[in-house]
Amino acid sequence: MIAFNKYYNQFNILSMLLITASLLLLIFKGLNYGIDFKGGTLIELRSSDSKINVSSLRDKFNQMDLGDVSVKKFGNDTDFLIKFENKDNKKNIIEEIKKNLDSSFGSNYDFRRVENVGPKVSAELLKAGVIAISLSLAVMLIYIWIRFEWQFSLGAILALFHDVIVTLGIFSLFSLEINLSIIAAVLTIVGYSMNDTVVIFDRVRENLRKYSDIKIFELTNISINETLSRTIITSATTLLALLAIFFFGGEILKGFSLAMILGVVFGTYSSIYIANTVLVRLRVSQKTVLREDDNKTV
Amino acid sequence: MLYFSKLRILFVTIFSLLFILIASSNLFKFDDSFFDKKINLGLDLQGGSYLLLEIDNEPVIEQKLQNLTTIIRNYFKEKNIKVNNIKIDNQIIFFNVADLDKQAVIDVFQDENSDLNPYYPRFKSHQLDIEDTGINLKVSFSRQGVINLKTSSQDQAIEIVRRRVDEVGTNEPNILKRGNDRILVELPGLDDPQRIKSLLGKTANLTFRFVTNDESDRFGVDKLKFEDGLEEATVSKRIIISGENLLDAQPKMDTQTNQTIVSFTLDRVGAKRFGKATSTGIGKQLAIVLDGKIISAPVVRDTIASGSGQISGGFTFQTATDLALLLRSGALPAPLEIIEERTVGPDLGQDSINAGMIALAIGFLLVIIFMFLKYKVFGLITNVTLIINLFLLLGILTLFEATLTLPGIAGIILTVGMAVDANVLIFERIKEELKGESNNILAFDGGYTKSRTAIIDANITTLLAAIILFFMGSGPVKGFAVTLGVGIFTTLFSVYFIARLFTSLYVIRNKNKEKLI
Repeated sequence: MIAFNKYYNQFNILSMLLITASLLLLIFKGLNYGIDFKGGTLIELRSSDSKINVSSLRDKFNQMDLGDVSVKKFGNDTDFLIKFENKDNKKNIIEEIKKNLDSSFGSNYDFRRVENVGPKVSAELLKAGVIAISLSLAVMLIYIWIRFEWQFSLGAILALFHDVIVTLGIFSLFSLEINLSIIAAVLTIVGYSMNDTVVIFDRVRENLRKYSDIKIFELTNISINETLSRTIITSATTLLALLAIFFFGGEILKGFSLAMILGVVFGTYSSIYIANTVLVRLRVSQKTVLREDDNKTV
Repeated sequence: MLYFSKLRILFVTIFSLLFILIASSNLFKFDDSFFDKKINLGLDLQGGSYLLLEIDNEPVIEQKLQNLTTIIRNYFKEKNIKVNNIKIDNQIIFFNVADLDKQAVIDVFQDENSDLNPYYPRFKSHQLDIEDTGINLKVSFSRQGVINLKTSSQDQAIEIVRRRVDEVGTNEPNILKRGNDRILVELPGLDDPQRIKSLLGKTANLTFRFVTNDESDRFGVDKLKFEDGLEEATVSKRIIISGENLLDAQPKMDTQTNQTIVSFTLDRVGAKRFGKATSTGIGKQLAIVLDGKIISAPVVRDTIASGSGQISGGFTFQTATDLALLLRSGALPAPLEIIEERTVGPDLGQDSINAGMIALAIGFLLVIIFMFLKYKVFGLITNVTLIINLFLLLGILTLFEATLTLPGIAGIILTVGMAVDANVLIFERIKEELKGESNNILAFDGGYTKSRTAIIDANITTLLAAIILFFMGSGPVKGFAVTLGVGIFTTLFSVYFIARLFTSLYVIRNKNKEKLI
């Protein structure tokens, strides 16, 4: 049996540091929103001419007066991702850009993807994203509140907040782009983290009913160990699937799978070191569970 | 828990085979229509264009209010009530009447049978709200009035959009209403939406009006620019004919001048008005105005009574074709703005499909190898279940002809990774049970029973997340929610029916074996 409970305090401090750092990052550095949430235009360009590179593209686009332009390589050497604000929301911007590029590069390039999100839509998408994440947290709270005693709910929700905040904090730290698929990833993380916590909690509650003489400090450790191989195997298979997406699923899914990988890692960690420690700190005992059982039979 | 009746085995087998068949119909061609269903590929996988259009209703409201001022004035004139100082400010009509008449006017507006102010019994609301500010009367569209106005302009606009898109002839376009002032246009397989975008960007409001030099024309005048933006002309506000009078419009080659022109045919009313105007207006310039710009302003040389004519204006064949198309499809009730566009080229779509499939294959393989190494026989059972699960998932998506997107493929891969969870929970529980239980069958039974709440909890949480994502997400992300959500059901089915069937067969055969798992 591994003595997870030996490090409850240390890891609680670590988690608090992580959350504080993430919150500070989110407040002061903010998130790198993609065009889905910021509005603007994105062009994925593939070239068949070595003359077309990041610097020549940047020069060309900067001449076009499009506001802030970012040009980056995308995956391999021939693909580029160009993003700009398109502040005035010009109508025929794509056509104009094509004309401009034709004049210097001929037809040795091809627009593989064009996305243009107006300011109104991006504001709506951001709002919908925030609502979706808040709603999912609320729904999870209600679900767990129905299923478990309040101490458990608090533990699970704190673990969820931890996972979401730290994942977003890492995205902020490395300026990784937040787009619609990241919202999907965050929601899935919420589901996954909850799933992981619930399995351990289920065992904690079962053990609470079984043993009246074991303190919660010890009991959580027993429960974590009993469910440990399941926790490891499920995390491992999920991570294997996600790594496959990350490495082979193409550039578009990179951010999504990265967020999910982080979420799974933190979700697994938080089920053990946040959710359970909340139970310990709230001095959950057999009485907590039995009282609830009594209420239910009445 | 371990016992399976023959009937149940039969049912599970047939059910699984059916879905394998349905899923494989994506690869083969079946004659039977039931099996000839396919998963739809999202625009991000097959390539295509997604355009979200917003109707700008401001001009419509302004126009309606403008008309209303005349109607109000005339309506009360008949009732011998004088309307004074009528003006529009910020989409509100203000006017004065004598204090004695005030109540009478308000009553007219609030009468449920009023012909001035339609009443919508379903919403318990009038089209217009009236308020006495003390200084004057204030009339504006009610909430419901604005909604009705928006819906009706959306209904008209979607019809025109459909006609224009159909005329261009793209492959199975999808045109849907969004809210009450938006239209979604999905154009699969279209990698350059430029032409459609420019066609949808035009209101196509066509009018024929005389050029006048008389600033005091009794209908009022507009100063309008020519299409080329250089010259200007003063044009009377009186409309001779408008786009509504057109029966047909076609691009043609003028054999005399060798110019591309648009020839048009007018309806009876239009032909009569056009004939009259051209007979009285010989020598005058007739401006052809499209969306506030003059295309051309030819001099009338003859009376045109045939009800057909032509527009010239330095067109190329393409611009003439587009103008004819716009005129045929009719004018939009209000300008449209493209507020969101997402276009994916077909080769990127194919690349995404390939990448997704490779990732699926590799992810699947990794999980299968891992499970086999970890659980041996039971790993094998899990793996067979996993394969059937995948077919079930694809089968259901096929059956409902769901749309598969790139995040949707990610959802399938993720389902593969998470689907083993339920089996792992069961197997680990069985292992624990075996520690205190020598009877294999009882231990297995216990493993299944005791792990059930955890499995259900775990799946419900993921399902909740998927449901929220489905309702809040848009486009490709919705595809992810679909595969993730459907994946939960197929996983539970395959774990409790298929995996359990295999496990029970194996356990019953090896009930006395030691170290079973």
